[in-house]
Amino acid sequence: MSQTEQLIHKTEWTEEILPQSSLLDLKLKEVVRYRDLLWMLVKRDFIATYKQTILGPIWFFIQPLLTTLTFIVVFGKIAGIPTGGVPMLVFYLSGITLWNYFAECLNKTATVFRDNAAIFGKVYFPRLIMPLSIVVSNLVRLGIQMLLFLGICGYYLYQGAISPQWQLALVPILVVLMAMISLGAGMLISALTTKYRDLIFLLTFGVQLLMYATPIIYSLDSIPAKYATIIQSNPMSAIIETFRFAFTGSGNFSWMSLGYSAAFAAALLLIGTLVFNKVEKSFMDTV
Amino acid sequence: MSQPAIIIENLSKQYRLGDVGTGTLSHDLKRWWYALRGKEDPFAKIGETNDRTQKGNSEYVWALKDINLQINQGEAVGIIGRNGAGKSTLLKLLSKTTAPTTGSIKVKGRIASLLEVGTGFHPELSGRDNIYLNGAILGMRKREIDRKLDEIVDFAGIERYLDTPVKRYSSGMYVRLAFAVAAHLDSDILIVDEVLAVGDAEFQKKCLGKMGEVSQGQGRTVLFVSHNMEAIATLCQSLIILKNGNKDFDGHVDKGIPYYLNGAKSTEPSVDFSVSKNRHFERFGQNQFGQFLKIEIKKNGVPNSDFKIGDSIEIKLHLLLKNKSSVAEFGAVITNARGQRLHHLVSSWKELYTDLQPGQYSFKIITEPIQLYPSDYSISIWFRANDENASDDFIENAIQFAVSKNEEQSFQKLDRYCNNGGIFIKYQCKLEQEQ
Repeated sequence: MSQTEQLIHKTEWTEEILPQSSLLDLKLKEVVRYRDLLWMLVKRDFIATYKQTILGPIWFFIQPLLTTLTFIVVFGKIAGIPTGGVPMLVFYLSGITLWNYFAECLNKTATVFRDNAAIFGKVYFPRLIMPLSIVVSNLVRLGIQMLLFLGICGYYLYQGAISPQWQLALVPILVVLMAMISLGAGMLISALTTKYRDLIFLLTFGVQLLMYATPIIYSLDSIPAKYATIIQSNPMSAIIETFRFAFTGSGNFSWMSLGYSAAFAAALLLIGTLVFNKVEKSFMDTV
Repeated sequence: MSQPAIIIENLSKQYRLGDVGTGTLSHDLKRWWYALRGKEDPFAKIGETNDRTQKGNSEYVWALKDINLQINQGEAVGIIGRNGAGKSTLLKLLSKTTAPTTGSIKVKGRIASLLEVGTGFHPELSGRDNIYLNGAILGMRKREIDRKLDEIVDFAGIERYLDTPVKRYSSGMYVRLAFAVAAHLDSDILIVDEVLAVGDAEFQKKCLGKMGEVSQGQGRTVLFVSHNMEAIATLCQSLIILKNGNKDFDGHVDKGIPYYLNGAKSTEPSVDFSVSKNRHFERFGQNQFGQFLKIEIKKNGVPNSDFKIGDSIEIKLHLLLKNKSSVAEFGAVITNARGQRLHHLVSSWKELYTDLQPGQYSFKIITEPIQLYPSDYSISIWFRANDENASDDFIENAIQFAVSKNEEQSFQKLDRYCNNGGIFIKYQCKLEQEQ
């Protein structure tokens, strides 16, 4: 075959299906081409979740409010864990709103292969779309819950109980970091669970346990120094602390720990995506 | 002018049998250990051909083995094969839902696969939302769907229900909608897997028409998997037959279909039950009194398994009787290709055999001229001793035979009715013009 012929042959094929693909081939171009699917899936999730309920999206508010009330009674009143001068409602609600987002994304992403085996087995589309759609559709929920949180913050601000800081500008970045961590960790776990399902059992209570290793029900200031390092090694800690500090002015903010979280998030997302892409090609045979 | 649209080279796919998950870890570790030392995958070699009827020694099978194919642009290709021949695996590889074990597929153009209609339909969403969702899953852009929405709704014939959640649809409406979305996808290559088995006759015709339009009118490549020979014959020009994961035939459809139909049956006029090789029969019973040794079928005294309408069939059973039996009864059952029992030929309706001493016997049946439609048939045999309820020996699908058209018969269109098969009766008919 002459060189020109070879060249024509090479450019002719739209696609080549091979047993193995390059580890670094992330198919991001394809993901972009399928972006409409992402929006359809987000819309589907939103419509389907509250279809045939009377209260509809109001459930988005009820869930965090009830959890917050429980936390106020159990951790605030009975256990008496200090909140660092921040009104309990704001303190717990801020943590819960963010944590809910993180936990939901992680749990859903981690079982993405199992939950969507029926679709994945029949049609090809870049698998990355599915975890992305989970993160985005939970973003809608987070947005609605943030409205509730902002309303409550507004009330306390009027009362003068909290003092927002300029770090409010960082909130979008915090959300992105959270999305990255949950996506990265979720994809990593989902890839590992296609063959061995053990991790799924670990995950459900692992996420619960992780919540106690994150300053949700306590503030970083109120814990002994020897535990503080452990808590700070959790990349979610800096995110929650920064968020709380931005709205209330109480707590900690440091570029160092936020930078650590960001680096952690980026690394996790990269590894998660690589592993996910490696597994997606033939997961159907083992799931 | 016809350039290749798909080239498949040395394509193989290996599957692991049994329960994935138990013992997988040890195999994985072993694989990893071999890979680490730069050796070949130790389990890649030991796969066996995928014959589901035979017990294998290996946990791994080749669902597809070394397939080489070239499919040209604008060609409509039918893919047939028995259950488990590898058809679905091939389609899965083509549609990228799973990766091949070895080999490669080169594709020119966009592939749309209809392995199952309505993939990703959400029951709570309305018909309209599902059109968009399903279209997006199949790879359509929103603009594209906007443009084709009316056409899709029209094709599916569900305009009135467009804003009703699809969970309220009848199953027929559901399938119509799903097929409509996929059929309007702008792809260069369309892969269809037996979706035509659903929907009413009118809609099936519509689907076939649409697929014909896609392949002939628009010059797109169509791969069509079906067991419906008539649909394949009308739609496709070439045919690929898969058998146990290997390519058995690749050529023109007119040659392929007869090859497949004849290849699918055993043409042996006698079966020795003691030989377990190639066994397609199944044996039940206690065998306390005796057991069948052999069955033979003959036509005019000559061993034969191909009959014409109007031939007589001679069935001869050989039996070894181990114990004395006070009453013995034999029977042969003729079943059609769909497993329906057509004739029951029982010895006791003719005569009774009493006080049989141990020994070897042969039992012969000669039928009257058969009036069966041209098709494949099989014979199951049984033996009952001492008037007990259960058969002492029962062999299902002991032997197969085929019935074909009698040349002298004038009705040429008979083939068309074979699938609605049955038994002829003699009749007269007459056409008169009314005043």
